[in-house]
Amino acid sequence: MNEMFAGWPLLSIVTFMPTAGALLILLARMSQRGDNAGYDNGVKLLALIVTIATFFMSLFAFAAFQWDAPGFQLQEDIPWAFGASYAMGVDQLAMSLLLLTTFLTPLCILASWSIEKQVSSYMVLFLLLETLMIGVFCAQDIVLFYLFFEGGLIPMFILIGVWGGERRVYAAFKFFLYTLLGSLLMLVAIVAMIVMARAAGIENPSNIQGLTEFAAQGGFSPDIQIWLWLAFFASFAVKMPMWPVHTWLPDAHVEAPTAASVVLAAILLKMGGYGFLRFSLPMFPDASHFFTPLVFVLSVIAIVYASLVAFRQLDMKKLIAYSSVAHMGFVTMGIFAGNEQGIQGAIFQMLSHGIISGALFLCVGVVYDRMHTREIAFYGGLVHRMPVYAAIFLLFTMGNVGLPGTSGFPGEILTMVGAFQVNAWVAAGAALGVIFSAAYALTLYRKVAFGVIENPKLDGIADLDAREWITFIPLIIATLVMGLAPSYVLDFTSISAEAIANAYAGAAP
Amino acid sequence: MQFSPEVLIVLGPLFAAAFAGLLQRYIGDKVAMGVTTASIGLSLILSWPIFIGFVWGDEQARVIELFRFIDVAGFTSIWSVRIDTMSAIMLVVVNTVSFLVHVYSIGYMAEDPHRARFFSYLSFFTFSMLALVTANDFLQLFFGWEGVGVASYLLIGFWFQKRSANDAAIKAFVTNRVGDFGFALGIMAAFFCYGSIQFDEVFHAAAANPELMLGVGEVQFRAVEVIAFLLFIGAMGKSAQFFLHVWLPDAMEGPTPVSALIHAATMVTAGVFMVCRAGELYHLAPLASGFVTIIGAVTALFAATVGLAQNDIKRVIAYSTCSQLGYMFFAAGVGAYNAAMFHLFTHAFFKALLFLGAGSVIHGMHHEQDMRYMGGVRKPMPITWAMMTIGTVALIGLGIPGIGGFAGFYSKDAIIEAAYASDGIGAQFAFWCGVTAALLTSFYSWRLAFMTFEGKFRPNPHAHHDEHAHDEHHHVAPTDGSAPAHESPWIMLAPLIVLAIGAIFAGMVFYPYFMGEHAAGFWDHVIPFHEGHHDFPTWVLWAPLIVTLTGFLFAVIFYLWKPAAPKAMAKGPVWAFLYNKWYFDELYDFVFVKGARAIGDLFWKVGDKKIIDGLGPDGVAATSRFVSRNVRKAQTGFVYHYSFIMLIAAVAFGAYAIFVGIGGGR
Repeated sequence: MNEMFAGWPLLSIVTFMPTAGALLILLARMSQRGDNAGYDNGVKLLALIVTIATFFMSLFAFAAFQWDAPGFQLQEDIPWAFGASYAMGVDQLAMSLLLLTTFLTPLCILASWSIEKQVSSYMVLFLLLETLMIGVFCAQDIVLFYLFFEGGLIPMFILIGVWGGERRVYAAFKFFLYTLLGSLLMLVAIVAMIVMARAAGIENPSNIQGLTEFAAQGGFSPDIQIWLWLAFFASFAVKMPMWPVHTWLPDAHVEAPTAASVVLAAILLKMGGYGFLRFSLPMFPDASHFFTPLVFVLSVIAIVYASLVAFRQLDMKKLIAYSSVAHMGFVTMGIFAGNEQGIQGAIFQMLSHGIISGALFLCVGVVYDRMHTREIAFYGGLVHRMPVYAAIFLLFTMGNVGLPGTSGFPGEILTMVGAFQVNAWVAAGAALGVIFSAAYALTLYRKVAFGVIENPKLDGIADLDAREWITFIPLIIATLVMGLAPSYVLDFTSISAEAIANAYAGAAP
Repeated sequence: MQFSPEVLIVLGPLFAAAFAGLLQRYIGDKVAMGVTTASIGLSLILSWPIFIGFVWGDEQARVIELFRFIDVAGFTSIWSVRIDTMSAIMLVVVNTVSFLVHVYSIGYMAEDPHRARFFSYLSFFTFSMLALVTANDFLQLFFGWEGVGVASYLLIGFWFQKRSANDAAIKAFVTNRVGDFGFALGIMAAFFCYGSIQFDEVFHAAAANPELMLGVGEVQFRAVEVIAFLLFIGAMGKSAQFFLHVWLPDAMEGPTPVSALIHAATMVTAGVFMVCRAGELYHLAPLASGFVTIIGAVTALFAATVGLAQNDIKRVIAYSTCSQLGYMFFAAGVGAYNAAMFHLFTHAFFKALLFLGAGSVIHGMHHEQDMRYMGGVRKPMPITWAMMTIGTVALIGLGIPGIGGFAGFYSKDAIIEAAYASDGIGAQFAFWCGVTAALLTSFYSWRLAFMTFEGKFRPNPHAHHDEHAHDEHHHVAPTDGSAPAHESPWIMLAPLIVLAIGAIFAGMVFYPYFMGEHAAGFWDHVIPFHEGHHDFPTWVLWAPLIVTLTGFLFAVIFYLWKPAAPKAMAKGPVWAFLYNKWYFDELYDFVFVKGARAIGDLFWKVGDKKIIDGLGPDGVAATSRFVSRNVRKAQTGFVYHYSFIMLIAAVAFGAYAIFVGIGGGR
């Protein structure tokens, strides 16, 4: 496998394959006169094929990747403007998130089959979004990273603003405002870092590897680190989202179409965690140590606060959105624990949350497509009409609760084990979330699935169709495999996690 | 992964559960029931020789490692099947009761349309429980621990159309999670202090450095005390001990075979098992052990008092279970781990017997569970009556010191004597609680027996239900005062008879190994074991028998001779206090459930909406409206409008980079 693709720019191919698909759709639209259903289905099918091909391409990249070698691999580097370069490269951390992205996108396309409004624009945007998301994880140049990172905002903004629910404009605006605010600060920090690195005579000052090495040699003094850390934090904390900059997420989720919700929860939220692991910890270790108490407090607040709020929600998507905030609290806590258990747990939790929250939003989408409401009180007794759906929904509910045997468990326990070694009270606070998550998730499930059907509108509701089945099967397998044999994933990510944890411990003040 | 009979014992039920659960639509109920029952039967056949080998043979303790579950920088859990005296005891308890419950359920659930699902859950439960007892580290134990929790959730809520069943299921799960909160922290603390979560490594590290301190803030505690205490919080949840007991009575919403298997014989004893398994830690932790003793003793007494006043036949037995678990815990707390395990062992037989017997009565009485509307059941259901009576006699621990008795006699007296002999914290308190609870146990057990089987049938005046559903076997009350019931089929009675044999002989046969002269060899350093001393004062030896007979006497007076007396008492405040379970549910509902709702609303409506959004995005109302108007204008559908925004950002970056770049380059 390694020889077969020797010299191929695999990462670029993976990244821009969806863009090529988007261009194809645009070309097709130009030659198309009038709108018809057959054409729309053709567009959907094309998008599906492109995303599946992208997934397979990413598997080739995975095969060409040396699993146990440290550092960036599959590197590409083309000089570009202003000292920045088009540099791509992935390590195990980036590779695992890249695979998560390419794995989930075809499922999102499948879940978008019910879209009827401006199908080709929707699919073009979705494919562009995939390129930008993949790019975030592949970029090895900080400027390139920034462009992908911020670029992802735009298609998502449009997806919510055009294909969203009733209050989509408010939600899109809120989403945009929050994220942009953080981003601008990060932009300033990036520029400052490049300038400093260049001034110090670093050869390629915008390369992430170069910057990391520069930082490891004490390139950024502790005082400067504080400011740079805060600027990056502003951006990543919003993306995570951390308390108290989380309020955009429930609104965005509620208004977003199902597939956009899936991408938002499963992948966009992971960019914040990825950023902390890629930049904050390795480049600003002193500041990270300094701010660890702050992050811990915010993480525990996020876990407890968001769980309690989730408990009171009346809208299914809002409930799951708040539960995402709580679960991301485990991620930030684990990352800033800074030890191997914490970081491994955080990475695992990100991957697992990607699958489980994505699946939960798909579960909501299934009943939303049929009934056009997400109000919890509208439902009840679905198990009588939709037994298969109820079983699948139960599995992912249990995953959300963090039941051992599902992928939700290893991440939670490892982040807590990691945090316990730094501060036992933080771990204890986070462990409270384990109680609350059971309360809100099982209550939601009871209200939706159990009981008797009291709403006559639900009498004729149909169980999963073949397309929905196909959408769920990969997610079910992933949840169970990662839950029962997590060490396959953990062994893979351990190369990156160990490197980050060791460097961070080495830089301890 | 090496294959061996031990592995099959654990994994067989999992495959059977998956097979029956996933293919239930295609294979039909009969195949689902057959496959699951057969797989548990196989586990049963394979596990008895192991246990017998430990008792009479030369079976050696061993660990079979299957695969790495989690392994992150020393935090290592390897999926294992650990075979030693402790797990051998649990293997036979779990598989025996589970197999009999499977068989019994074929009869009990005969009319249920979801039998395949039921059997799948039962087998899944069995797998989780077996994984728990064969664990070789705390994380696998936790895996099984949560697995049995979810199985319990599914089975309590098995009749998911019933709101009360769903609520009970959630209550059970969430209350257990409160315990798991402590349990998980205990695992973390153990790893932090000893660098491992594998049993033997933790125990060795603790023994090697028993004075290791763990700082919690400014305060320093002995690490082993903290760990033992935290782990016990988990046991309190799982084994329904005082404060966290509230879920167990409600769990009776589940089908009765479930109550017998999960909420009497096996799952609820997991906490006791865990404490004994970690006996090496508790042994080093006198304070935590004292806490275990006191909680156990209080539970033993508290649950027995509540049991006096319940009218639902299953609830009486549920509180009895709660109380007996209290006995096991205070035995463990005073260091008599072997007595705790012995009582766990004997209790499994007679408590499963009582529950399945109660199920037989409920089945025979057309789903009547309220003892006030029973009476006169002995005549139509003679075999059930006989078996229930054996169970009752075993539960109250009837026996004559020096001569012998039923199963409960050996284990319960051993516990009471151990408490008397111990100088541990709370041990004397536990002794008196134990003796008093024995009196109450005898009273409520005979109360149950008399109210159900003796006297004249008392029809339910509110008999509203299933007139239609039961048309074909709707009986007119016989004229001789016996109940309009029918004896259960043999498939239900046979398990009762097997369990009755255990309830009679389990104590007698195994006493020498659990407690007596062969105990040191039997336990073989698996748990901390001390040769008990045998010079108890006569009154201590005879006290249990005397209180047991006293309880019997009172029950005879109140429920056979003067049945009007309890009715009069039922109007008093003490009775109301007991009937309402000391008002725990009301208190918890007010503090925790309503509290969580109120705080959740506060965070949501004030925290998020008013404060964060108010100061944040919505704060600058005018700006927001202005921007949103423009956003609305912009979202007319053309993609490049939006791309423009990104372009601006890129240009801004470029300009800034050039500007600063020139400055920096100088």
